[in-house]
Amino acid sequence: MLELKNLTKTYRTGDKALQNVTLTIPKGQVMALIGPSGAGKSTLIRCINRLVEPTEGSVILDGTNVTTLGSGALRKMRRKMGMIFQQYALVERLTVMENVLSGRLGYVGFWRSYFRKYPQADVDEAFRLLDRVGLLAMADKRADELSGGQRQRVGIARALIQDPRLLLVDEPTASLDPKTSRQIMRLICELCAERNLAAVINIHDVALAQMFVERIVGLKAGELAFDGKPTEMTEDVLTNIYGEEDWQATIRDVDDEGSDVEDNAA
Amino acid sequence: MTAVTLEGRLGTGWKKPPLITNPTLRWGLFVGAAIYIVLAVASIDVNWSRVAEGLSRGWAFVTAFFNPDFVSRGGDIWDGILESIIITITSTVVGILISIPIGLGAARNIAPLPVYLVCRGIVALSRALNEIIVAILLVAIFGFGPLAGFLTLSFATIGFLAKLLAEDIEEMDKVQAEAIRATGSTWMQWINYGVQPQVMPRLIGLSMYRLDINFRESAVLGLVGAGGIGATLNTAFDRYEFDTAAAILLIIIVTVMVLEYLSGIIRAKVQ
Repeated sequence: MLELKNLTKTYRTGDKALQNVTLTIPKGQVMALIGPSGAGKSTLIRCINRLVEPTEGSVILDGTNVTTLGSGALRKMRRKMGMIFQQYALVERLTVMENVLSGRLGYVGFWRSYFRKYPQADVDEAFRLLDRVGLLAMADKRADELSGGQRQRVGIARALIQDPRLLLVDEPTASLDPKTSRQIMRLICELCAERNLAAVINIHDVALAQMFVERIVGLKAGELAFDGKPTEMTEDVLTNIYGEEDWQATIRDVDDEGSDVEDNAA
Repeated sequence: MTAVTLEGRLGTGWKKPPLITNPTLRWGLFVGAAIYIVLAVASIDVNWSRVAEGLSRGWAFVTAFFNPDFVSRGGDIWDGILESIIITITSTVVGILISIPIGLGAARNIAPLPVYLVCRGIVALSRALNEIIVAILLVAIFGFGPLAGFLTLSFATIGFLAKLLAEDIEEMDKVQAEAIRATGSTWMQWINYGVQPQVMPRLIGLSMYRLDINFRESAVLGLVGAGGIGATLNTAFDRYEFDTAAAILLIIIVTVMVLEYLSGIIRAKVQ
């Protein structure tokens, strides 16, 4: 459903952020992308919806080549790719409801969005999503009044109201405590399952990724270094991606599968 | 570069590195500044007998403040104030309306390079020309009266507000704007949702501040014939009616203080 072909990004500074990345993600698959800081994880995600323009290669979503679209068609395509950000990226001075409804901007005209006169169907869907993420009562609060976990839930609702086929998730738990991190990961994965969405999730916490996703891809200096099931994630693989370190405590024991041990999420 | 060892550093003391590393340049600047001050003070030429004469005139002006005359030119003062207020409000509103698109264009992070250069050019032009010079030019074109004052202050407001707005936009949180772009919004929607909420408090604060500046400036512009309370003030000075002049100045001071107080309240509300 999502195909990346030889995706390459070289920044103007000469930094090669991505080199010949080729990946295929089938419909409904939740994939975690791991790798050290600076390995190109954020760049990869941003090349998919072209917040960053790839230098070479192509991104193909449901048969459409995203990399060659003109600006109007790109906007239509972005509606199909919901994005969730590391620092939540809510517009802080807007209300929760405005933030959620902003996910519909690609579907409504300027004056409708300017006067906040969204179609009733969109408003109802926003309420439904806020209820789903447990924040219905917060609809009229300003985004900067919420806690980190709550903000990320609003971010999730904003991405989902776009009615996307794909979720691009950039470090969703990096600013959250271990318990909230798990809740957010669980919520994202549940929602993907409910709606049969594919997702690319950048994540630093390897154990957390192993706990929730069905496939892990490792990126090292802009190149693919691992692609496999969470259970195939060994100490050797981690050493290859991140460098030498004692990885015992980082990897989730396969025996733990299913149990919910709180201490390995830190 | 030699390796830093703990033994080498222990007992050596520590001082904050100086701002200017080169000692010759550092001491040269100190000495240069000292010489400049000595020469500058020596070059001041004060005619003390003229000062002694002038002091009494200055004192007459100061004492007038204890005895301001609001009444004998009451009608003129009232007309002048009213004209100043009209000039201030209209020029601020028009200036803001023009500044917003120019401010957007002058922000490097949202405008393409050609638009940026044109808008920065307009801002630079507006800032380079002092209000008085613009007013003299416009009085020459449009004749004496408030129209010249209104146009001058509108023009000056553009340079001020567009520049500061553009700088605020350049400092905004990129990620919030990026998130709106990722939803497939159009450029206008992106500005409305991603940029405007971030810069609105600053824009309102600056607009209030500019209202206050424009009122003060309108008093000065009258001196060159651009209408408003300044014209009344100028007449009072010409007639040596210091008590009337004092009354006008007091009104200006009180108005500015009221505006200052109001802008404080408004800025606190919109945070």
